[in-house]
Amino acid sequence: MFSAGAESLLHQAREIQDEELQRFCTRVTKLLQEPPGPATMDALQRLFLIVSATKYPRSPEQLQVLCAAILREMSPFDDLALSCDHTQNTRQLSLVASVLLAQGNRKGEIRQVSQRIFKILENRQPEGPSVRHLLPALSKVIGLAPGTLMEDQNNLLSKRLVDWLRYASIQQGLPSSAGFFSTPRTRQPGPITEVDGAVASDFFTVLSTGQHFTEDQWLNMQAFSMLRKWLLHSGPEDPGSPDADDKSELEGSTLSVLSAASTASRLLPPRERLREVAFEYCQRLLEQSNRRALRKADSDLQKACLVEAVLVLDVLCRQDPSFLYRTLSCLKALHRRLGEDPGSERALVPLAQFFLNHGEAAAMDAEVIYQHLLSRLPSERFYSPTLAFEVIHFCTHNLALFDPHILSLLRLSFPSLFKFLAWNSPPLTAEFVVLLPALVEAGTTVEMLHALLDLPCLTAALDLQLRSTQTPSERPLWDVSLRIPGCLEAFRDPQFQGLFRHLLRTKASGSMERLTPLHQLLKPMASCARVTQCAEAVPILLQAFFSTVTQLADGALINQLVLLLLDRSDSLYQAPQYEARVHRVLNSQFLALCKLKPSLVVELSRELLEFVGNVSSICSRASMFTCVVWAIGEYLSVTCDKRCTVEQINKFFEALEALLFEVTQSRPSADLPCCPPQVVTALMTTLTKLASRSQDLIPRVSLFLSKLRTLAQNPATSSVHSEEDAEAIRTRATELLTLLKIPSVAQFVFTPTAGVCQPRYHRDANTALPLALRTVSRLVEKEAGLLPG
Amino acid sequence: MVHAFLIHTLRAPNLEDTGLCRVLYSCVFGAEKSPDDPRPHGAERDRLFRKEQILAVARQVESLCRLQQQASGCPSTDLQPQFSDETVSLHEAPHGAFFLGAGDPFQEPQTVVWMGVLSLGFALVLDTHENLLLAESTLRLLVRLLLDHLRLLTPGNNFLLRSDRIEGILTRFLPHGQLLFLNDQFVQDLEKEFSAAWPR
Repeated sequence: MFSAGAESLLHQAREIQDEELQRFCTRVTKLLQEPPGPATMDALQRLFLIVSATKYPRSPEQLQVLCAAILREMSPFDDLALSCDHTQNTRQLSLVASVLLAQGNRKGEIRQVSQRIFKILENRQPEGPSVRHLLPALSKVIGLAPGTLMEDQNNLLSKRLVDWLRYASIQQGLPSSAGFFSTPRTRQPGPITEVDGAVASDFFTVLSTGQHFTEDQWLNMQAFSMLRKWLLHSGPEDPGSPDADDKSELEGSTLSVLSAASTASRLLPPRERLREVAFEYCQRLLEQSNRRALRKADSDLQKACLVEAVLVLDVLCRQDPSFLYRTLSCLKALHRRLGEDPGSERALVPLAQFFLNHGEAAAMDAEVIYQHLLSRLPSERFYSPTLAFEVIHFCTHNLALFDPHILSLLRLSFPSLFKFLAWNSPPLTAEFVVLLPALVEAGTTVEMLHALLDLPCLTAALDLQLRSTQTPSERPLWDVSLRIPGCLEAFRDPQFQGLFRHLLRTKASGSMERLTPLHQLLKPMASCARVTQCAEAVPILLQAFFSTVTQLADGALINQLVLLLLDRSDSLYQAPQYEARVHRVLNSQFLALCKLKPSLVVELSRELLEFVGNVSSICSRASMFTCVVWAIGEYLSVTCDKRCTVEQINKFFEALEALLFEVTQSRPSADLPCCPPQVVTALMTTLTKLASRSQDLIPRVSLFLSKLRTLAQNPATSSVHSEEDAEAIRTRATELLTLLKIPSVAQFVFTPTAGVCQPRYHRDANTALPLALRTVSRLVEKEAGLLPG
Repeated sequence: MVHAFLIHTLRAPNLEDTGLCRVLYSCVFGAEKSPDDPRPHGAERDRLFRKEQILAVARQVESLCRLQQQASGCPSTDLQPQFSDETVSLHEAPHGAFFLGAGDPFQEPQTVVWMGVLSLGFALVLDTHENLLLAESTLRLLVRLLLDHLRLLTPGNNFLLRSDRIEGILTRFLPHGQLLFLNDQFVQDLEKEFSAAWPR
């Protein structure tokens, strides 16, 4: 109902004078600076009415855009009284739509917008409003609420898209300045051209250019921009859809070849017709992207079009397998072309995705494409951050789709993929934490662990590789603030070629080449920021690695890993804080592996004996040493492994005793700096544990412990250990001595059976270890209280 | 489709952490379906939530940009606003992409494509299946247009008060968040239209 009040409001809005409008705008601006209240809303709504009520370009675009932006910024509103029904021109409608679509669809705004747009689309008059501004809004509607459109609207849009995509004019448009007064003798606009300047050979696409564009050529560009989204929206999701009946006549690829004739295809329903047109469009784009563009921006667009064409073909083949036959041949040809033009290799990722989705149906071996993507490309382009992201994301995203063959190819290519990680660690670490578990397999585990520990070296080596191979005219991709002539020389030195080659390999080689000489050579690069960033990522990756490995490793592999941990813990690249952080992970993993397989202590007794026999281990890796000593004490017993013999226990005992003697008796020297108290107490405890199992060692241990107790009180050693440390050593020695006084209790405490370790207070208070200990200590204290000293 | 476009501050890579990362401009194209929340303050909460999401993205872009600049050895002086008109080569500016999982912070998983030019960061938040190459070149185009038409790098520039121009550029080159396949001629035509509507 158009009331008199509304009529006068409109009249006022149309007749407002410029100065009054200016004043009003100033008032609005002031209102907006204060906290918004009802007056602000009212003023803005009035302003909008003024703006939208006039047919002529009264208020310039600037004002409209700003108003729409303000309303959009303040969205969502609970009570927005804005509707798109009265807007006359489509540009304004697009602005109003942007506000409405920002409301979160509280009151069905999305449906409103789509209804209005379709009403305009249905209007077929050539002088009708330009639809150009509406397609993006429609695309947004589909993205936000796919179910909003009805079947007839779907069909209408599909038909329109077919027209715009396939039948856009191939003549250039007239310049906009040519109006009513241009003379008939004005030069007719020529045909559109390709990006390399040649006359267009076929229908208009986004890679066709000219001096001016016509309306339908604009629509062609817009239509292609939203094509993939529309195909996905309107395509059948599952085989049991209503489209299946239509497709039954097009079964088999032979039939689709026949139906490629254009006359037959015009009889297809709108959706199928659109697919056919989309296919032709993509084929044309593939051909057009082969041309050498005259302008750089066009060259970039060609590559983006390549990617999009492959993506659209993927969607088409998913929706209608009869396209597969025709698509395969042109895609295989495409792969051959890739890599010739820098930047075109970006199309490799969608190409690989295509073959992943359709390779089986195509019965085609896409091995060469996966090889290119996973092995060659990372080595050649590791420095491109977006390519790195795309490739790794492709891997993590498609893990569920990889068949065993591709999976094994992926696993063999891990050295190549690590190059992405080494060069771009901050954005890729999270992705690799997801990817690593899939890359781990029994055959390459050891090699991968070495590679992870040497990852910062890989970063340094890649930097050197770039320095050596890039031409001076290219922009430097390496760290320009770092000058390392020495490292560069070493990189070129034939002596180290083999090692660098191994480090920079693209496939898992199975060989365990040790890169220790490189650690020293690459040391000057340790302060390089990129190397440091990589070094920070390694501990996280190690955790991810081990969490997978511990699940799938068998006994032999666990032994191998433990030896590797011991070996590498003192042969790590010297980046700042790298050693400390990695040690923390290696130690905890060593303990976890021992817990997983306690018998490894007995199986690897020879290597462990060698490890603890070496005093210098204490200085370079005290924490690892402590863990090993603790593990020996914990797991070297018959309960853990029946093969444990008394000789083994005695041998370890002697070695550890000698070691403890050396660290506590001698003065600190340059060779043996102050030994941390944790090492001392760990040694003492382990010796006691071993003695409790081989009881004729008890007197030796007791004697040693009491000596240590007095030693700790000796002022001469107070310079070696702080008062707290000395106190800790003393206390521990006392505890151990106390326990050893009752050998059977010591055995029970130090070598409990599995059942005893679980406190089962509710079942049996007598066998609970903590309670037992408390009882014993109370008994012994009482006894000690009766004795002097 | 692009979900959002934002401009934010970038602090120098080697300086101490002073100040916050500020979002200077953001545009969200259409609202995400708001999580089921029947409470009456829904609208305000949605708006606040949206702002927080954008800020989270800006912070992540800033830290990644900083790390990348440190890694390539750019000295900290480079980040001081270079008050000059010389064209900044955008192909060489630090850039990258990263993934945001579902719920962190957007409901749907998204990809972010970003670029840093001197003291400003620019980012596009997109659907994960979007054409990344097109998104990168669109972002480069937007940055070039913004630098040209807003003179973002000249001193005393108060571009915060001229965001209508940014809006004008976005309505033409990224309408409703739709990435467009614009060849050079289309770009020129759109730029002409824009300059006509927004005279300098």
